[in-house]
Amino acid sequence: MIPLSWYLIFAAALFSIGLFAVLARRNAIVILMGIELMLNAVNINLVAFWRYVNPELIAGQVFAVMVFAVAAAEVAVALAIFISIYRRRRSVSADEIDLMKW
Amino acid sequence: MPQEYIPIAVLIILATGLAFLVVAIGHLFGPRRPTQRKGQPYESGMRPFGPGTRRMPVHFYLVAVLFILFDIEVVFFLPWAIVFRQLGLFGLIEMIIFIVILLVGYIYAWKKGAFEWE
Amino acid sequence: MNLSNASASLNAILPLVVVILWACALLLVDLFITKERKGLTALLAAIGMLASLIITLARLDLEAVVFNGMVTVDGFSNFLTVLFLGSGIVAVALSYDYLKRMGLEKGEYYVLLLFTVSGMMLMAVASDLIVVFLALELLSIPLYVLAGIATPRLDSEESSLKYFLLGSFSTGIVVYGIALVFGATGTTSLAGIVDAITAGSAGMGLLVAGAAMLLIGLGFKVALVPFHMWTPDVYQGAPSSVTAFMAIGAKAAGFAAILRIFIQAFPALSVDLTPVLWVLAALTMILGNVVAIAQRNIKRLLAYSSIANAGYILLALVPYGQSDVAADSVASALFYLLAYAFTSFTAWSVVIALEQVEGKGLELEDYAGLSRRYPILALTMTVAMLSFTGVPPTLGFLGKFYVFRTLLEGGFPGLAVIGVVTSLISAYYYLRVVVYMYMREGEPQAIRDPWLYIAATASAICLVVLGIFSQPLFAWASQAMLH
Repeated sequence: MIPLSWYLIFAAALFSIGLFAVLARRNAIVILMGIELMLNAVNINLVAFWRYVNPELIAGQVFAVMVFAVAAAEVAVALAIFISIYRRRRSVSADEIDLMKW
Repeated sequence: MPQEYIPIAVLIILATGLAFLVVAIGHLFGPRRPTQRKGQPYESGMRPFGPGTRRMPVHFYLVAVLFILFDIEVVFFLPWAIVFRQLGLFGLIEMIIFIVILLVGYIYAWKKGAFEWE
Repeated sequence: MNLSNASASLNAILPLVVVILWACALLLVDLFITKERKGLTALLAAIGMLASLIITLARLDLEAVVFNGMVTVDGFSNFLTVLFLGSGIVAVALSYDYLKRMGLEKGEYYVLLLFTVSGMMLMAVASDLIVVFLALELLSIPLYVLAGIATPRLDSEESSLKYFLLGSFSTGIVVYGIALVFGATGTTSLAGIVDAITAGSAGMGLLVAGAAMLLIGLGFKVALVPFHMWTPDVYQGAPSSVTAFMAIGAKAAGFAAILRIFIQAFPALSVDLTPVLWVLAALTMILGNVVAIAQRNIKRLLAYSSIANAGYILLALVPYGQSDVAADSVASALFYLLAYAFTSFTAWSVVIALEQVEGKGLELEDYAGLSRRYPILALTMTVAMLSFTGVPPTLGFLGKFYVFRTLLEGGFPGLAVIGVVTSLISAYYYLRVVVYMYMREGEPQAIRDPWLYIAATASAICLVVLGIFSQPLFAWASQAMLH
C-alpha cells in the first residue's frame, strides 16, 4: 500500500502551488484557480487521513463532500463579481483594480 | 508494495508507446496534401467568420453559474441513495427538506428571469 | 439519529431554524413586493430576527449538546446569539433609509443579511470543525455579495472583489488547518480532539501546524495584523450600512470560532500558541492604532480602529491555556465584543447620517462644525469616540478594564502595558474627530431619518448606562462554556 506521507506531500505540493498562484499572480481568475487548488489539496488530505487514520469514522469523506459544495457556491459568487467588474473596466487584473490603495 | 503495480506500469508504457507509434507511422508514410479547406477547424461545417475570441452574451455566464450551483448538489444525493434503506423515513424527510431549500433558490432564479432568453 | 432525536436537536437550535426558514420564505415573498415598497421587506426581516431574539431570550439558560455532539448550546452561544441578532436588527434600522438615499433598494439585501446572521448564529453553537467551516462560509458568502451590492458603483465592486479573494483564500487556509487537525486526532469534534490529546494518540506536530493554520485563517477574518491588508479597502468601498454590520458581526463570529476552538480543544497547545498570540496581539494593537492616525477618510479611520480593537479582543485570549484564567478569558472577550458592538454601531450610524451620494461626506473635514447644526449627532459621535478610547464610565472603558485584568491574572504585565500605551495613542485620532466637530467651522450636511437617530441615540445611551451597570452584564458573559 502507498504510504500516507506520499498523499500528504502531494497535497502539500498542490496547496503550495495554489498559494503561489494566489500570492504571485495578478489576474483574479488565476487567483480563483489557485484558491480552488488549495481546496482540492484539502480534499486529498481529508480523504487520505480518513482512509489511514480513522476509516471507521465517515467524517473525513463527508467533509470532503461539503468542501466540494461550498467551493461551488464560492465560484458562483466569484464569477458574478468578476463579470460585473469586467464589464465596466475591461480587466480583472488585481493591479488595475486600485481605486482605493491596497 | 511495488510488485502489485507492475501490470499497471506495463499497461501505461504499452498504451503511450502504441499511441506514439501510430501517430509516427501515419506521419512518416501517409500522403500529405494540405489545402486551406483542410486547415479549417470544422472541415465540413459552417464557414468560420470573425475572430475566435468573440464576445458572448453575458447570459451564457448566468446559465453556467446556475448550472454549477444546481449540478454540484447532486454530490449529496449519491451517498444518501447508497444508504437510503438504512436511513429510512428520517433520511427521506431530510432529503425532502434539502430539495425544498434548493427549490426556493430555483424559484427565485426563475421569477427573476434568469432562464429567459431575450 | 432518529426522528425524536432530531426534533430534540432542532428544538435546541430553534432560533437558528427560525432565521433560516424566514430567510428562505422572505426570498420568495420579496419577489412579489414592488420596488417602491421594499420597506416592507426590511420590516419583515426585522420581525424574523426579533422573533428569533425573543425565543433566545426566553430560554437564556438552555444548555444542550445535540446533533451527535456537533452543536453545543450553552451560555457562551446564547450570549453571542443575542449579540448577532441584535446587530442584525440594528443593521436593518441603519440600512433602510441609507439604501433608499443611495438608490440601492434591493430585497435581496435583507435576505442576504438574514443568511449572514444565520451563519453567525451557527458559528456560536458550532462544536465540531465541520460545522465551524460550514458556518464560516454561510456567513462569508452573503457578505461578499453584500459588499458589492452597490454595483455598478466601482468602489463597491472593488471592495467585493477584494473581500472575496482574501476571504476565500483565508477559508482555504482554515480548511487545510482543519484537515491537519483531523489527521492528527482522527476526529473533527472538539471534545474528541481533547480526548485524543489526553489519550496521547494525537500527532502533536500535525496538531500544532493545524492549529496555527486555523489561527491564520481566522486571523484574516477578524483582521489581525499581519493579515489585515484587506480591511481598509473593503470597509471603505462597501456601502456603509454593510460595513457597519461587517465590522461587528463578522468580527464577533470570527472570535466566537477562535474562542470556542482554542479554549475547548487546544488548551494543551498553549505552550506553543501563547507566544504567537502575544506577538499577534501586540502587532495588531500597535499597527492598527498608529496607522489610524494618518487617515483622513472616516471609513478608513474606523477600519483601522476595528483592526486595533481586534488586537484588544485577542489580548483576552493570550492566557487561555491557564485553566484558572480561561473562564475570565472568555468572559472578558465576550464583554469586549459587546462593548465594541455598541460603540461601533453608534459611530457608524453617525457616519451613515453624514454620508452623501457618490461617496461624499466621508472626510474628516465634513465633520467640522457638526455640533452647531446637529448637536445630537455630534454628542452621540463624541460618546462613541470616548468609548473607543476607553474613557470611564463608558462601556468601552469597562471592556478594556476586564481585558487588562484578565491579562494581569494570567501574568502578562508587559502586554498589558503595550495595550495601555496604544490606547493612549488612539486617543489622538479619536479625539481629533471630536475636535473637528466642536472646534472647527464648517457646513456639515446630514439627513434626518428617525430610525437612524433612534439607533444612534439608543446605543449611545446604552454605552453610558450599561457602563454604569456593567456588573450583571459581565456576570452574564461569564456563563460557562459547556465542555
